[in-house]
Amino acid sequence: MSDVLLQVRGLRKSYGALAVTDDVSLDVQAGQVHAIIGPNGAGKTTLIAQLSGQLSPDAGRVVYDGNDITHLDMPGRVRRGLARSFQLTRILPQLSVLENVAIAVQARSGSSFRFWRGAASEAALNDQAMECLSEVGLAQKAHLPARLISHGEKRQLELAVALATRPRLLLLDEPLAGTGPDEAAMLVDLLARLRSRVTMMLIEHDMGAVFQLADRVSVLVYGRIVASGTPDAIRDDPAVRTAYLGEEEGTP
Amino acid sequence: MMSRRGMAALIIFALLAVTPPVLIFMGQGFFASVVTRMMIYAIAALSLDLILGYGALVSFGHAAFLGIGAYAVLMLNSLGVTDIAAQFGAAAVAAAVFAAITGTIALRTRGVYFIMITLAFGQMLYFFLISLSVFGGDDGASLPARSTIMGQGWLDHDLALFYLVLGILALCFLGLTRLTMSRFGRVLIGTREDALRMQAIGFRILPYQLTAYVISAMICSVAGVLLANQLEYVSPQLASWQRSGELIIMVVLGGIGSLTGAMTGALFTIGLEEGMARISEHWKLYFGLLLLAVVLFSPGGLATLAARITGKGRPE
Repeated sequence: MSDVLLQVRGLRKSYGALAVTDDVSLDVQAGQVHAIIGPNGAGKTTLIAQLSGQLSPDAGRVVYDGNDITHLDMPGRVRRGLARSFQLTRILPQLSVLENVAIAVQARSGSSFRFWRGAASEAALNDQAMECLSEVGLAQKAHLPARLISHGEKRQLELAVALATRPRLLLLDEPLAGTGPDEAAMLVDLLARLRSRVTMMLIEHDMGAVFQLADRVSVLVYGRIVASGTPDAIRDDPAVRTAYLGEEEGTP
Repeated sequence: MMSRRGMAALIIFALLAVTPPVLIFMGQGFFASVVTRMMIYAIAALSLDLILGYGALVSFGHAAFLGIGAYAVLMLNSLGVTDIAAQFGAAAVAAAVFAAITGTIALRTRGVYFIMITLAFGQMLYFFLISLSVFGGDDGASLPARSTIMGQGWLDHDLALFYLVLGILALCFLGLTRLTMSRFGRVLIGTREDALRMQAIGFRILPYQLTAYVISAMICSVAGVLLANQLEYVSPQLASWQRSGELIIMVVLGGIGSLTGAMTGALFTIGLEEGMARISEHWKLYFGLLLLAVVLFSPGGLATLAARITGKGRPE
């Protein structure tokens, strides 16, 4: 039995009368890939936002590595190893690909209240950034301005930036969003390689990728977890098929 | 290796350095004081560009720090302290305190609200200065003499003031250039590009923005001290919101987020103001048209325009 790295209990978030997160409880086991699936508007991104500290929940608790982090802000969570990637790529467009990653390395290595020495020539930052870029297969684009690389490459960069924070738990918000089949296959391979090092919570619409990567799947519908289990159990769950996988009501 | 903009800056500094002898040779020595004023505003514009161009913080109350610097000279003078180093120190400390307090509040807001709240703080200082009847209230007061350096009245010579201002401008330019390329500068640029991204990699951004705001205020207060000396007169008008607007115009005209651009914008604006005021009393109309043209046709300001022209002139 592995340890629980992230424990969510009774999480609630409403916008007016609309409950976008409705009493969500789940456990993410250390070393596993835990996928969250659900139809559009189910509240997956809102859930990630609360787990990463971008949004504060109305009620409930988030316990990470044995500590209650419900009221910890996003930078504080990142420093403890709880990092996220964004569904819509958020890169720093005017900076180079390398700088986008180096700045994430900089965030956890020493003070950034240094005003004189050029940051671009700090070998320690650049070397670690380069490692992360090699890991995601983007090393050859390191010196391009980040705004000029392709969409798939931006998804790789998004992952490299998240890795540069040295996460123990990665919250991945649709890492394959908008990628072509080749890029998607490459990213799935990459995530499969990372799973030995990093625990992941994965939100994804690509069911092939989900069933290939996940150890555990939770199904979110209208802000509620309607089922949780192994990929096989979820695939065969009639309630899930009705609610999400598109089966017609009343088919035997 | 030097960037094209770094080269442009070097040329500007070289031209400025030879200006006084050339003007004196031409029998137009008076214009040296105009150039002094241009350079003082260039210091103020550089300081504003740090937060506006690199931090995306549109401060509409930046003239407050000019006012703080100028009144530091006036107030210390009335206490018998005429040493410019002491005046720089007092101005910088006062500006830092004012910026730390107002910045802490203003930086909780974003966008238009930040503009409005910095404007409000600027106006508060402006009306405070007007209320100082000891120092002439609305009218301000003239300085009995310029500041001293180690007890000597060197600055009474316009040329000495000219080269002091040039030296400080060069120092500010060099310091800010280093700063914008440092770790700190990288964080500041990152918050400009995407604040949420910066938080998602572990930065609490407020301390960085506040530090930039305070540094910017201190540099601008230095310009205020110099301006009081150049004009030999201090009035609340230095801290008016119109002045804050003019500082923004200088930075926009020169090129937001380019130190060379901001500096050029200030030199150009003040120079043009002097030149056009001699030709037509409606010069502000023509200046407005010029600003419109730059914003519409070269959004990166004069800096981009220059790069485009020199870029075209070169074989690809």
